[in-house]
Amino acid sequence: MHGPEVTWYVVLAAMLFVIGALGVLVRRSPLIILLSVEIMLNGSNLALIAFARHVGREDGQIFAIAVMAIAASEVVVGLGLIVAMGRRNVELDVDKLRTLRG
Amino acid sequence: MANFVVWCVWVGAAFCCIASALAVVTFSNPFFSALALIGNLASLAVLYLLLGGAFVAAAQVLVYGGAVMVMFLFVIAYLGDKTDQAPWASGPSWQAVATVLAAGAILTEIIVAVALESGGGLSHSPRIAGSFGSPAAIGRLFLTDHLIAFEVTSIVLLVAAVGGVVLGSHARSLQGDARS
Repeated sequence: MHGPEVTWYVVLAAMLFVIGALGVLVRRSPLIILLSVEIMLNGSNLALIAFARHVGREDGQIFAIAVMAIAASEVVVGLGLIVAMGRRNVELDVDKLRTLRG
Repeated sequence: MANFVVWCVWVGAAFCCIASALAVVTFSNPFFSALALIGNLASLAVLYLLLGGAFVAAAQVLVYGGAVMVMFLFVIAYLGDKTDQAPWASGPSWQAVATVLAAGAILTEIIVAVALESGGGLSHSPRIAGSFGSPAAIGRLFLTDHLIAFEVTSIVLLVAAVGGVVLGSHARSLQGDARS
């Protein structure tokens, strides 16, 4: 069982990362931005696991699991912030959150 | 023959992956975006299985497709129609155009770098054990070579849980202030 080479996986990971970055930069709803960050993290996870297969050791998969845990904690804090914004009736638009701008 | 089947599965999973990622970015309703992200995570789990990462694929489906996405859907349902927003409502702004150009540049750069660097050298490692990526192998690595990462990850998760509770209770007290 050979299948595609690692290069194909890395190119796919790059495409996922770029799509996620597009979402982060273009969209204004913080929920969609969090979802796009998840896509970026998954792109990097795919590259890590592809290189783990390339090298023939599982350490890259360990990294990927650590990235998953970090992503879960990031989602918890991000969604907590979004819920707090929703409860205070702040408009969910990152372009309008400019209180901290000097 | 087996090679052909693997290629077919790979192409299908990769297509689902890209299509659902594009759907996440372009849908105007965040609920549908979250549902599309579940499809993205599932097709990525298929790719992980093709790469020999059985445990990572299972963790992906359980942690991401299960826990994280349920949390997302709950929050989207809780916030309701406050989250509706048409992505391209005001036409393509110069920001969006510049972003698309920059993203295309990054993608081209990565692909050129990979193509120049690999030169056919990025093939699969010829020999891997049959237990590659199995839960036993991952667990052994976690408890031997990567023990500190394992423990630090648990602390990070604990801190995030505490942060989530603090953020939630703070919002509740603010709501109480507004009501009184």
